[in-house]
Amino acid sequence: MVLVRGAFPALTKFGVSFLTGTNWDAATGFGALPYILGTLVTALIAIIIGVPISLGIAIFLAEMAPDVIRVVVSNIVELLAAVPSIIYGLWGLYVLRIWVANYVQSPVQNSFGFLPIFSGTSYGLNFLTGGLILAIMIIPTIASISREVMASVPTSQREAAYSVGATRWEVVRMSVLSYSRSGIFGATILGLGRAVGETMAVTLVIGGATGASALPTSLFKPGQTMTTILVNQLSEAESGSLQLAALLGIGLVLFAIAFAINVVAQLLVWRVLKVQAGAIE
Amino acid sequence: MRRFKDRLALWLGALSAMLAMIPLISILYEVVKNGASTLNVDFLTAPPGVIGQPGGGIGPAIQGTLVLVGLTVIIGVPLGVLSGIYLSEFGDNPIGRVIRFLNDVLAEFPSVVIGVVIFTLVVLTLRSFSVIAGAFALSIIMLPIVTRSTEESLKLVPNSIRDASMALGIRKWRTTLSVVLTTAKSGVVTGILLAIARVAGETAPLVFTILGSQYFFSGLNSTMDALPLRIYRLALLPYPYAQAQAWGAALVLILMVLVVNIGVRLATRGRLYSTRSRA
Repeated sequence: MVLVRGAFPALTKFGVSFLTGTNWDAATGFGALPYILGTLVTALIAIIIGVPISLGIAIFLAEMAPDVIRVVVSNIVELLAAVPSIIYGLWGLYVLRIWVANYVQSPVQNSFGFLPIFSGTSYGLNFLTGGLILAIMIIPTIASISREVMASVPTSQREAAYSVGATRWEVVRMSVLSYSRSGIFGATILGLGRAVGETMAVTLVIGGATGASALPTSLFKPGQTMTTILVNQLSEAESGSLQLAALLGIGLVLFAIAFAINVVAQLLVWRVLKVQAGAIE
Repeated sequence: MRRFKDRLALWLGALSAMLAMIPLISILYEVVKNGASTLNVDFLTAPPGVIGQPGGGIGPAIQGTLVLVGLTVIIGVPLGVLSGIYLSEFGDNPIGRVIRFLNDVLAEFPSVVIGVVIFTLVVLTLRSFSVIAGAFALSIIMLPIVTRSTEESLKLVPNSIRDASMALGIRKWRTTLSVVLTTAKSGVVTGILLAIARVAGETAPLVFTILGSQYFFSGLNSTMDALPLRIYRLALLPYPYAQAQAWGAALVLILMVLVVNIGVRLATRGRLYSTRSRA
Protein backbone atom coordinates (compact mmCIF):
# COMPACT_ATOMS: atom_id res chain seq x y z
CA MET A 1 0.00 0.00 0.00
CA VAL A 2 2.69 2.43 1.05
CA LEU A 3 4.73 1.46 -1.96
CA VAL A 4 1.80 2.03 -4.28
CA ARG A 5 1.36 5.55 -2.93
CA GLY A 6 5.07 6.30 -3.10
CA ALA A 7 5.38 5.00 -6.64
CA PHE A 8 2.21 6.77 -7.78
CA PRO A 9 3.89 9.78 -9.46
CA ALA A 10 6.12 7.53 -11.56
CA LEU A 11 3.34 5.12 -12.46
CA THR A 12 0.92 7.82 -13.55
CA LYS A 13 3.54 9.79 -15.44
CA PHE A 14 4.93 6.90 -17.45
CA GLY A 15 2.10 4.36 -17.38
CA VAL A 16 2.97 1.15 -19.14
CA SER A 17 6.19 2.66 -20.43
CA PHE A 18 7.55 2.48 -16.87
CA LEU A 19 7.73 -1.27 -17.35
CA THR A 20 8.95 -1.17 -20.95
CA GLY A 21 11.15 1.93 -21.00
CA THR A 22 14.92 1.72 -20.94
CA ASN A 23 15.94 5.29 -20.11
CA TRP A 24 17.03 6.26 -16.63
CA ASP A 25 17.43 9.99 -16.12
CA ALA A 26 15.30 12.97 -15.20
CA ALA A 27 15.32 14.40 -18.75
CA THR A 28 14.02 11.41 -20.72
CA GLY A 29 12.11 9.61 -17.99
CA PHE A 30 12.51 6.43 -16.00
CA GLY A 31 11.96 2.91 -17.32
CA ALA A 32 12.44 -0.27 -15.35
CA LEU A 33 12.82 -2.77 -18.18
CA PRO A 34 16.63 -3.25 -18.03
CA TYR A 35 16.49 -4.04 -14.33
CA ILE A 36 13.54 -6.40 -14.61
CA LEU A 37 15.34 -8.26 -17.41
CA GLY A 38 18.59 -8.15 -15.41
CA THR A 39 16.87 -9.86 -12.50
CA LEU A 40 15.40 -12.47 -14.84
CA VAL A 41 18.73 -13.22 -16.53
CA THR A 42 20.76 -13.53 -13.31
CA ALA A 43 18.07 -15.64 -11.64
CA LEU A 44 17.89 -17.86 -14.71
CA ILE A 45 21.67 -18.41 -14.73
CA ALA A 46 21.46 -19.22 -11.02
CA ILE A 47 18.70 -21.78 -11.57
CA ILE A 48 20.40 -23.43 -14.56
CA ILE A 49 23.64 -23.89 -12.63
CA GLY A 50 22.30 -24.24 -9.11
CA VAL A 51 19.46 -26.72 -9.53
CA PRO A 52 21.42 -29.71 -10.94
CA ILE A 53 24.09 -29.32 -8.26
CA SER A 54 21.50 -28.97 -5.52
CA LEU A 55 19.64 -32.04 -6.71
CA GLY A 56 22.90 -33.97 -6.86
CA ILE A 57 23.59 -33.02 -3.26
CA ALA A 58 20.05 -33.81 -2.16
CA ILE A 59 20.07 -37.26 -3.80
CA PHE A 60 23.55 -37.96 -2.51
CA LEU A 61 22.60 -37.00 1.04
CA ALA A 62 19.16 -38.58 1.12
CA GLU A 63 19.87 -41.85 -0.62
CA MET A 64 23.53 -42.65 -1.13
CA ALA A 65 26.01 -41.17 1.31
CA PRO A 66 27.33 -43.12 4.31
CA ASP A 67 26.23 -41.65 7.65
CA VAL A 68 29.49 -39.90 8.54
CA ILE A 69 29.74 -38.10 5.21
CA ARG A 70 26.04 -37.27 5.35
CA VAL A 71 26.39 -35.44 8.69
CA VAL A 72 29.52 -33.55 7.62
CA VAL A 73 28.20 -32.51 4.21
CA SER A 74 24.78 -31.47 5.44
CA ASN A 75 26.36 -29.32 8.15
CA ILE A 76 28.61 -27.68 5.57
CA VAL A 77 25.65 -26.96 3.31
CA GLU A 78 23.79 -25.40 6.25
CA LEU A 79 26.82 -23.24 7.06
CA LEU A 80 26.87 -22.10 3.44
CA ALA A 81 23.38 -20.76 4.10
CA ALA A 82 24.56 -18.96 7.23
CA VAL A 83 27.32 -16.90 5.59
CA PRO A 84 26.04 -13.32 5.29
CA SER A 85 25.24 -12.05 1.81
CA ILE A 86 27.73 -9.17 2.04
CA ILE A 87 30.59 -11.63 2.61
CA TYR A 88 29.58 -13.52 -0.52
CA GLY A 89 29.71 -10.13 -2.22
CA LEU A 90 33.20 -9.37 -0.97
CA TRP A 91 34.39 -12.82 -2.00
CA GLY A 92 32.67 -12.43 -5.35
CA LEU A 93 34.30 -9.06 -5.93
CA TYR A 94 37.86 -10.12 -5.11
CA VAL A 95 37.94 -13.87 -5.83
CA LEU A 96 35.11 -15.20 -7.99
CA ARG A 97 35.30 -12.22 -10.36
CA ILE A 98 38.95 -12.98 -11.10
CA TRP A 99 38.14 -16.65 -11.70
CA VAL A 100 35.35 -15.72 -14.08
CA ALA A 101 37.50 -13.18 -15.92
CA ASN A 102 40.51 -15.51 -16.26
CA TYR A 103 39.06 -18.99 -16.65
CA VAL A 104 35.66 -18.46 -18.22
CA GLN A 105 35.59 -15.14 -19.95
CA SER A 106 38.92 -14.95 -21.72
CA PRO A 107 38.84 -18.49 -23.20
CA VAL A 108 35.22 -18.08 -24.30
CA GLN A 109 35.85 -14.64 -25.74
CA ASN A 110 38.98 -15.81 -27.55
CA SER A 111 37.06 -18.57 -29.29
CA PHE A 112 33.56 -17.15 -29.61
CA GLY A 113 34.10 -13.42 -29.04
CA PHE A 114 32.45 -12.56 -32.35
CA LEU A 115 29.03 -13.62 -31.00
CA PRO A 116 27.23 -10.62 -29.48
CA ILE A 117 26.16 -12.65 -26.44
CA PHE A 118 29.81 -13.02 -25.41
CA SER A 119 30.98 -9.48 -26.06
CA GLY A 120 31.82 -7.09 -23.28
CA THR A 121 34.43 -5.78 -20.90
CA SER A 122 37.06 -7.97 -19.33
CA TYR A 123 36.78 -7.07 -15.64
CA GLY A 124 34.48 -9.91 -14.67
CA LEU A 125 31.87 -7.51 -13.32
CA ASN A 126 28.97 -8.85 -15.33
CA PHE A 127 25.75 -10.81 -15.51
CA LEU A 128 27.53 -14.16 -15.48
CA THR A 129 29.37 -13.46 -12.23
CA GLY A 130 26.13 -12.21 -10.70
CA GLY A 131 24.32 -15.37 -11.77
CA LEU A 132 27.14 -17.60 -10.53
CA ILE A 133 27.19 -16.08 -7.08
CA LEU A 134 23.41 -16.44 -6.91
CA ALA A 135 23.76 -20.09 -7.91
CA ILE A 136 26.07 -20.67 -4.96
CA MET A 137 23.70 -18.87 -2.63
CA ILE A 138 20.56 -20.78 -3.63
CA ILE A 139 22.18 -24.22 -3.42
CA PRO A 140 21.62 -24.61 0.35
CA THR A 141 17.93 -23.66 0.03
CA ILE A 142 17.14 -26.02 -2.82
CA ALA A 143 19.32 -28.86 -1.56
CA SER A 144 17.98 -28.94 1.98
CA ILE A 145 14.31 -28.68 1.01
CA SER A 146 14.64 -31.26 -1.78
CA ARG A 147 16.34 -33.58 0.66
CA GLU A 148 13.48 -33.22 3.12
CA VAL A 149 10.99 -33.90 0.37
CA MET A 150 12.93 -37.00 -0.69
CA ALA A 151 13.22 -38.16 2.91
CA SER A 152 9.45 -38.00 3.20
CA VAL A 153 8.99 -40.54 0.38
CA PRO A 154 7.59 -43.66 2.09
CA THR A 155 10.07 -46.51 2.52
CA SER A 156 7.58 -48.88 0.93
CA GLN A 157 8.11 -47.09 -2.39
CA ARG A 158 11.83 -47.80 -2.27
CA GLU A 159 11.40 -51.36 -1.09
CA ALA A 160 9.01 -52.06 -3.94
CA ALA A 161 11.66 -51.00 -6.45
CA TYR A 162 14.48 -52.85 -4.69
CA SER A 163 12.38 -56.01 -4.57
CA VAL A 164 12.22 -56.18 -8.35
CA GLY A 165 16.01 -55.94 -8.50
CA ALA A 166 16.59 -52.27 -9.19
CA THR A 167 19.99 -50.72 -8.53
CA ARG A 168 20.22 -47.81 -6.16
CA TRP A 169 20.15 -45.22 -8.94
CA GLU A 170 17.11 -46.87 -10.50
CA VAL A 171 15.38 -46.74 -7.13
CA VAL A 172 16.15 -43.04 -6.90
CA ARG A 173 14.95 -42.39 -10.40
CA MET A 174 11.80 -44.50 -10.36
CA SER A 175 10.44 -44.22 -6.87
CA VAL A 176 12.09 -41.29 -5.13
CA LEU A 177 12.31 -38.71 -7.89
CA SER A 178 8.95 -39.41 -9.48
CA TYR A 179 7.31 -39.36 -6.06
CA SER A 180 8.85 -36.07 -4.98
CA ARG A 181 8.67 -34.21 -8.27
CA SER A 182 6.28 -31.47 -7.20
CA GLY A 183 8.14 -30.91 -3.94
CA ILE A 184 11.42 -30.49 -5.81
CA PHE A 185 9.68 -28.08 -8.13
CA GLY A 186 8.52 -26.12 -5.11
CA ALA A 187 12.07 -26.09 -3.73
CA THR A 188 13.32 -24.74 -7.07
CA ILE A 189 10.75 -21.96 -7.01
CA LEU A 190 11.82 -21.08 -3.46
CA GLY A 191 15.41 -20.93 -4.73
CA LEU A 192 14.21 -18.69 -7.56
CA GLY A 193 12.60 -16.42 -4.97
CA ARG A 194 15.86 -16.21 -3.11
CA ALA A 195 17.77 -15.44 -6.31
CA VAL A 196 15.32 -12.69 -7.28
CA GLY A 197 15.50 -11.04 -3.87
CA GLU A 198 19.21 -11.45 -3.19
CA THR A 199 20.89 -8.09 -3.07
CA MET A 200 24.28 -7.32 -1.63
CA ALA A 201 26.31 -10.07 -3.26
CA VAL A 202 24.94 -9.19 -6.68
CA THR A 203 25.38 -5.46 -6.13
CA LEU A 204 29.10 -5.86 -5.68
CA VAL A 205 29.70 -8.03 -8.74
CA ILE A 206 27.20 -6.97 -11.39
CA GLY A 207 28.86 -3.70 -12.36
CA GLY A 208 26.08 -1.18 -11.82
CA ALA A 209 25.18 0.05 -15.30
CA THR A 210 22.07 2.19 -15.72
CA GLY A 211 19.70 3.03 -18.54
CA ALA A 212 19.74 1.27 -21.89
CA SER A 213 23.33 0.05 -21.41
CA ALA A 214 22.10 -2.14 -18.55
CA LEU A 215 19.98 -4.25 -20.92
CA PRO A 216 21.22 -7.84 -20.68
CA THR A 217 22.39 -8.29 -24.26
CA SER A 218 25.63 -10.09 -23.34
CA LEU A 219 26.71 -12.37 -20.52
CA PHE A 220 29.94 -10.46 -20.11
CA LYS A 221 28.74 -6.90 -19.75
CA PRO A 222 27.97 -4.90 -16.61
CA GLY A 223 24.31 -4.76 -15.72
CA GLN A 224 21.87 -4.04 -12.96
CA THR A 225 18.99 -5.87 -11.30
CA MET A 226 15.94 -4.57 -9.50
CA THR A 227 17.52 -5.16 -6.11
CA THR A 228 20.88 -3.65 -6.98
CA ILE A 229 19.49 -0.42 -8.37
CA LEU A 230 17.54 0.04 -5.15
CA VAL A 231 20.71 -0.36 -3.09
CA ASN A 232 22.72 1.87 -5.39
CA GLN A 233 20.28 4.73 -5.68
CA LEU A 234 17.44 4.73 -3.17
CA SER A 235 19.28 6.27 -0.23
CA GLU A 236 20.58 9.08 -2.44
CA ALA A 237 17.38 9.89 -4.31
CA GLU A 238 15.97 13.31 -3.43
CA SER A 239 12.73 13.25 -1.54
CA GLY A 240 9.81 14.17 -3.80
CA SER A 241 11.78 13.56 -6.99
CA LEU A 242 10.59 11.46 -9.88
CA GLN A 243 13.65 9.25 -9.46
CA LEU A 244 12.54 8.36 -5.94
CA ALA A 245 9.06 7.51 -7.23
CA ALA A 246 10.55 5.37 -10.01
CA LEU A 247 12.72 3.50 -7.51
CA LEU A 248 9.72 2.87 -5.29
CA GLY A 249 7.95 1.63 -8.41
CA ILE A 250 10.72 -0.90 -8.89
CA GLY A 251 10.34 -1.82 -5.22
CA LEU A 252 6.65 -2.41 -5.89
CA VAL A 253 7.31 -4.66 -8.90
CA LEU A 254 9.87 -6.61 -6.86
CA PHE A 255 7.41 -6.92 -3.99
CA ALA A 256 4.73 -8.31 -6.30
CA ILE A 257 7.11 -10.80 -7.96
CA ALA A 258 8.58 -11.97 -4.65
CA PHE A 259 5.15 -12.35 -3.09
CA ALA A 260 3.81 -14.38 -6.02
CA ILE A 261 6.89 -16.64 -6.16
CA ASN A 262 6.86 -17.30 -2.43
CA VAL A 263 3.15 -18.04 -2.21
CA VAL A 264 3.37 -20.55 -5.06
CA ALA A 265 6.49 -22.17 -3.64
CA GLN A 266 5.15 -22.43 -0.10
CA LEU A 267 1.93 -23.97 -1.37
CA LEU A 268 3.84 -26.60 -3.35
CA VAL A 269 6.36 -27.51 -0.64
CA TRP A 270 3.79 -27.32 2.11
CA ARG A 271 1.31 -29.59 0.41
CA VAL A 272 3.93 -32.21 -0.30
CA LEU A 273 5.46 -32.25 3.17
CA LYS A 274 2.10 -32.16 4.93
CA VAL A 275 0.30 -34.77 2.89
CA GLN A 276 3.20 -37.16 2.95
CA ALA A 277 3.82 -36.68 6.64
CA GLY A 278 0.16 -37.52 7.13
CA ALA A 279 0.45 -40.61 4.98
CA ILE A 280 3.31 -42.01 7.05
CA GLU A 281 1.60 -41.60 10.40
CA MET B 1 25.53 -50.97 -17.89
CA ARG B 2 23.07 -50.65 -15.02
CA ARG B 3 25.89 -51.03 -12.49
CA PHE B 4 27.81 -48.38 -14.36
CA LYS B 5 24.89 -45.94 -14.24
CA ASP B 6 24.54 -46.59 -10.53
CA ARG B 7 28.22 -45.82 -9.98
CA LEU B 8 27.99 -42.76 -12.19
CA ALA B 9 25.05 -41.39 -10.18
CA LEU B 10 26.96 -41.91 -6.93
CA TRP B 11 30.01 -40.09 -8.24
CA LEU B 12 27.94 -37.26 -9.68
CA GLY B 13 26.26 -36.85 -6.31
CA ALA B 14 29.58 -36.79 -4.49
CA LEU B 15 30.95 -34.38 -7.08
CA SER B 16 28.12 -31.90 -6.57
CA ALA B 17 28.60 -32.09 -2.80
CA MET B 18 32.27 -31.28 -3.32
CA LEU B 19 31.46 -28.45 -5.74
CA ALA B 20 29.25 -26.89 -3.10
CA MET B 21 32.05 -27.05 -0.57
CA ILE B 22 34.55 -25.12 -2.73
CA PRO B 23 32.92 -21.71 -2.18
CA LEU B 24 32.65 -22.18 1.59
CA ILE B 25 36.25 -23.29 1.93
CA SER B 26 37.44 -20.55 -0.40
CA ILE B 27 35.44 -17.89 1.46
CA LEU B 28 36.77 -18.97 4.85
CA TYR B 29 40.31 -19.18 3.50
CA GLU B 30 40.27 -15.77 1.83
CA VAL B 31 38.59 -14.04 4.76
CA VAL B 32 41.09 -15.42 7.25
CA LYS B 33 44.10 -14.92 4.98
CA ASN B 34 43.27 -11.32 4.07
CA GLY B 35 41.55 -10.31 7.27
CA ALA B 36 43.83 -11.65 9.98
CA SER B 37 46.68 -9.22 9.31
CA THR B 38 44.35 -6.23 9.70
CA LEU B 39 43.07 -7.20 13.11
CA ASN B 40 44.45 -5.35 16.12
CA VAL B 41 42.98 -3.48 19.07
CA ASP B 42 43.18 -0.16 17.29
CA PHE B 43 41.33 -1.47 14.21
CA LEU B 44 38.57 -2.92 16.37
CA THR B 45 37.97 0.23 18.43
CA ALA B 46 38.94 3.26 16.33
CA PRO B 47 36.48 5.17 14.16
CA PRO B 48 37.11 5.11 10.39
CA GLY B 49 39.90 7.39 9.15
CA VAL B 50 39.76 9.97 6.41
CA ILE B 51 38.67 8.37 3.14
CA GLY B 52 41.67 7.77 0.91
CA GLN B 53 44.21 7.58 3.71
CA PRO B 54 45.16 4.38 5.51
CA GLY B 55 44.34 4.09 9.19
CA GLY B 56 41.19 4.10 11.22
CA GLY B 57 39.06 1.17 12.23
CA ILE B 58 35.63 -0.31 12.58
CA GLY B 59 34.81 0.61 16.19
CA PRO B 60 31.53 2.40 15.38
CA ALA B 61 30.52 -0.43 13.05
CA ILE B 62 30.92 -3.08 15.75
CA GLN B 63 29.12 -0.91 18.26
CA GLY B 64 26.38 -0.19 15.74
CA THR B 65 25.81 -3.86 15.00
CA LEU B 66 25.55 -4.58 18.73
CA VAL B 67 23.10 -1.70 19.28
CA LEU B 68 21.00 -2.78 16.29
CA VAL B 69 20.91 -6.42 17.31
CA GLY B 70 19.98 -5.38 20.86
CA LEU B 71 17.08 -3.20 19.67
CA THR B 72 15.96 -5.87 17.22
CA VAL B 73 15.88 -8.46 19.98
CA ILE B 74 13.85 -6.11 22.19
CA ILE B 75 11.27 -5.58 19.43
CA GLY B 76 11.35 -8.90 17.59
CA VAL B 77 11.77 -11.59 20.23
CA PRO B 78 8.68 -10.92 22.40
CA LEU B 79 6.47 -10.63 19.31
CA GLY B 80 8.00 -13.72 17.71
CA VAL B 81 7.77 -15.88 20.83
CA LEU B 82 4.18 -14.80 21.46
CA SER B 83 3.11 -15.56 17.89
CA GLY B 84 4.93 -18.89 18.12
CA ILE B 85 3.03 -19.71 21.32
CA TYR B 86 -0.24 -18.70 19.67
CA LEU B 87 0.39 -20.86 16.61
CA SER B 88 1.46 -23.88 18.61
CA GLU B 89 -1.06 -23.80 21.45
CA PHE B 90 -4.07 -22.01 19.98
CA GLY B 91 -3.41 -22.05 16.24
CA ASP B 92 -5.17 -25.22 15.14
CA ASN B 93 -7.88 -23.36 13.23
CA PRO B 94 -8.26 -21.50 9.93
CA ILE B 95 -6.89 -18.23 11.35
CA GLY B 96 -3.86 -20.03 12.72
CA ARG B 97 -3.25 -21.73 9.39
CA VAL B 98 -3.45 -18.45 7.48
CA ILE B 99 -1.03 -16.81 9.91
CA ARG B 100 1.36 -19.75 9.67
CA PHE B 101 1.28 -19.56 5.89
CA LEU B 102 1.88 -15.81 5.80
CA ASN B 103 4.66 -16.24 8.34
CA ASP B 104 6.37 -18.75 6.03
CA VAL B 105 6.00 -16.39 3.09
CA LEU B 106 7.47 -13.54 5.14
CA ALA B 107 10.39 -15.72 6.21
CA GLU B 108 11.49 -16.14 2.60
CA PHE B 109 10.74 -12.57 1.62
CA PRO B 110 13.67 -10.56 0.17
CA SER B 111 15.13 -8.38 2.90
CA VAL B 112 15.68 -5.54 0.43
CA VAL B 113 11.92 -5.26 -0.07
CA ILE B 114 11.38 -5.11 3.69
CA GLY B 115 13.99 -2.35 3.73
CA VAL B 116 12.16 -0.40 1.03
CA VAL B 117 8.84 -0.70 2.86
CA ILE B 118 10.39 0.57 6.11
CA PHE B 119 12.10 3.31 4.10
CA THR B 120 8.77 4.62 2.82
CA LEU B 121 6.98 4.09 6.14
CA VAL B 122 9.55 5.41 8.61
CA VAL B 123 12.36 7.23 6.83
CA LEU B 124 10.21 9.23 4.41
CA THR B 125 7.65 9.99 7.12
CA LEU B 126 10.19 11.18 9.69
CA ARG B 127 12.30 12.75 6.93
CA SER B 128 15.54 11.30 8.28
CA PHE B 129 17.51 8.08 8.31
CA SER B 130 17.46 6.63 11.79
CA VAL B 131 18.63 3.78 13.97
CA ILE B 132 15.08 2.99 14.94
CA ALA B 133 14.08 2.47 11.29
CA GLY B 134 16.91 -0.05 10.95
CA ALA B 135 15.79 -1.84 14.08
CA PHE B 136 12.22 -2.04 12.73
CA ALA B 137 13.42 -3.50 9.44
CA LEU B 138 15.58 -6.11 11.15
CA SER B 139 12.75 -6.99 13.56
CA ILE B 140 10.47 -7.78 10.64
CA ILE B 141 13.17 -10.05 9.24
CA MET B 142 13.68 -11.70 12.63
CA LEU B 143 10.00 -12.13 13.48
CA PRO B 144 9.11 -15.07 11.21
CA ILE B 145 12.28 -16.98 12.12
CA VAL B 146 11.59 -16.71 15.85
CA THR B 147 7.90 -17.47 15.37
CA ARG B 148 8.58 -20.62 13.39
CA SER B 149 11.27 -22.00 15.69
CA THR B 150 9.21 -21.23 18.82
CA GLU B 151 6.19 -22.97 17.34
CA GLU B 152 8.22 -26.00 16.42
CA SER B 153 9.94 -26.29 19.81
CA LEU B 154 6.61 -26.00 21.62
CA LYS B 155 5.12 -28.69 19.42
CA LEU B 156 7.87 -31.08 20.52
CA VAL B 157 6.59 -30.84 24.10
CA PRO B 158 4.57 -34.02 24.72
CA ASN B 159 0.85 -33.53 25.26
CA SER B 160 1.03 -35.63 28.43
CA ILE B 161 2.88 -32.77 30.12
CA ARG B 162 0.11 -30.35 29.15
CA ASP B 163 -2.52 -32.83 30.35
CA ALA B 164 -0.69 -33.33 33.66
CA SER B 165 -0.66 -29.60 34.27
CA MET B 166 -4.32 -29.22 33.32
CA ALA B 167 -5.21 -32.12 35.62
CA LEU B 168 -3.73 -30.16 38.53
CA GLY B 169 -6.31 -27.49 37.79
CA ILE B 170 -3.83 -25.06 36.31
CA ARG B 171 -5.35 -22.79 33.74
CA LYS B 172 -4.38 -22.86 30.10
CA TRP B 173 -2.36 -19.61 29.98
CA ARG B 174 -0.46 -20.59 33.13
CA THR B 175 0.21 -24.05 31.73
CA THR B 176 1.48 -22.54 28.49
CA LEU B 177 3.80 -20.04 30.12
CA SER B 178 5.12 -21.97 33.12
CA VAL B 179 5.06 -25.56 31.92
CA VAL B 180 5.18 -25.76 28.12
CA LEU B 181 7.44 -22.77 27.52
CA THR B 182 9.84 -23.83 30.28
CA THR B 183 10.09 -27.33 28.86
CA ALA B 184 10.81 -26.01 25.39
CA LYS B 185 13.17 -23.29 26.60
CA SER B 186 16.35 -24.53 24.95
CA GLY B 187 14.67 -24.87 21.55
CA VAL B 188 13.23 -21.38 21.77
CA VAL B 189 16.60 -19.90 22.75
CA THR B 190 18.30 -21.76 19.89
CA GLY B 191 15.85 -20.23 17.43
CA ILE B 192 16.46 -16.76 18.82
CA LEU B 193 20.24 -17.17 18.56
CA LEU B 194 20.03 -18.33 14.93
CA ALA B 195 17.74 -15.40 14.15
CA ILE B 196 20.28 -13.03 15.71
CA ALA B 197 23.04 -14.52 13.59
CA ARG B 198 20.88 -14.01 10.52
CA VAL B 199 19.97 -10.36 11.14
CA ALA B 200 23.52 -9.43 12.22
CA GLY B 201 24.66 -10.12 8.66
CA GLU B 202 21.81 -8.30 6.89
CA THR B 203 22.99 -5.37 4.82
CA ALA B 204 20.45 -4.38 2.20
CA PRO B 205 17.75 -3.02 4.54
CA LEU B 206 20.37 -1.04 6.47
CA VAL B 207 21.42 0.91 3.39
CA PHE B 208 18.07 2.73 3.33
CA THR B 209 17.48 2.92 7.06
CA ILE B 210 20.55 3.64 9.20
CA LEU B 211 22.54 4.81 6.14
CA GLY B 212 25.98 4.47 7.78
CA SER B 213 28.14 7.02 9.52
CA GLN B 214 31.69 7.77 10.55
CA TYR B 215 30.83 8.26 14.21
CA PHE B 216 29.82 6.28 17.26
CA PHE B 217 26.17 5.84 18.25
CA SER B 218 24.56 9.23 18.86
CA GLY B 219 20.87 8.65 19.46
CA LEU B 220 18.01 6.56 18.09
CA ASN B 221 16.93 9.10 15.51
CA SER B 222 20.26 9.70 13.82
CA THR B 223 22.35 7.65 11.41
CA MET B 224 24.66 4.89 12.57
CA ASP B 225 27.23 2.47 11.20
CA ALA B 226 27.03 -1.34 11.22
CA LEU B 227 29.51 -4.06 10.32
CA PRO B 228 27.90 -5.33 7.09
CA LEU B 229 27.31 -1.76 5.96
CA ARG B 230 30.95 -0.84 6.67
CA ILE B 231 32.13 -3.83 4.61
CA TYR B 232 29.95 -2.66 1.73
CA ARG B 233 31.23 0.93 1.87
CA LEU B 234 34.86 -0.23 2.14
CA ALA B 235 34.48 -2.66 -0.75
CA LEU B 236 33.34 0.20 -2.99
CA LEU B 237 36.47 2.25 -2.30
CA PRO B 238 39.33 1.86 -4.80
CA TYR B 239 42.19 1.89 -2.23
CA PRO B 240 44.20 -1.16 -1.15
CA TYR B 241 43.94 -0.22 2.53
CA ALA B 242 40.12 -0.15 2.21
CA GLN B 243 40.18 -3.61 0.69
CA ALA B 244 42.27 -4.91 3.59
CA GLN B 245 39.93 -3.27 6.09
CA ALA B 246 36.91 -4.77 4.34
CA TRP B 247 38.43 -8.23 4.75
CA GLY B 248 39.19 -7.47 8.40
CA ALA B 249 35.61 -6.39 9.04
CA ALA B 250 34.37 -9.47 7.16
CA LEU B 251 36.49 -11.68 9.42
CA VAL B 252 34.91 -10.10 12.52
CA LEU B 253 31.41 -10.50 11.09
CA ILE B 254 31.89 -14.08 9.91
CA LEU B 255 33.35 -15.03 13.28
CA MET B 256 30.30 -13.62 15.05
CA VAL B 257 27.88 -15.40 12.74
CA LEU B 258 29.65 -18.75 12.48
CA VAL B 259 30.44 -18.97 16.22
CA VAL B 260 26.72 -18.65 16.98
CA ASN B 261 25.78 -21.13 14.25
CA ILE B 262 28.38 -23.77 15.02
CA GLY B 263 27.85 -23.32 18.77
CA VAL B 264 24.13 -23.87 18.42
CA ARG B 265 24.67 -26.89 16.20
CA LEU B 266 27.08 -28.49 18.62
CA ALA B 267 24.84 -27.74 21.58
CA THR B 268 21.75 -29.26 20.01
CA ARG B 269 23.48 -32.09 18.11
CA GLY B 270 20.92 -32.90 15.52
CA ARG B 271 17.96 -32.45 17.85
CA LEU B 272 16.86 -29.44 15.85
CA TYR B 273 17.83 -31.26 12.75
CA SER B 274 15.83 -29.09 10.48
CA THR B 275 13.94 -25.90 11.14
CA ARG B 276 11.52 -26.54 8.32
CA SER B 277 10.06 -29.97 8.94
CA ARG B 278 6.59 -29.92 10.37
CA ALA B 279 5.17 -33.36 10.76
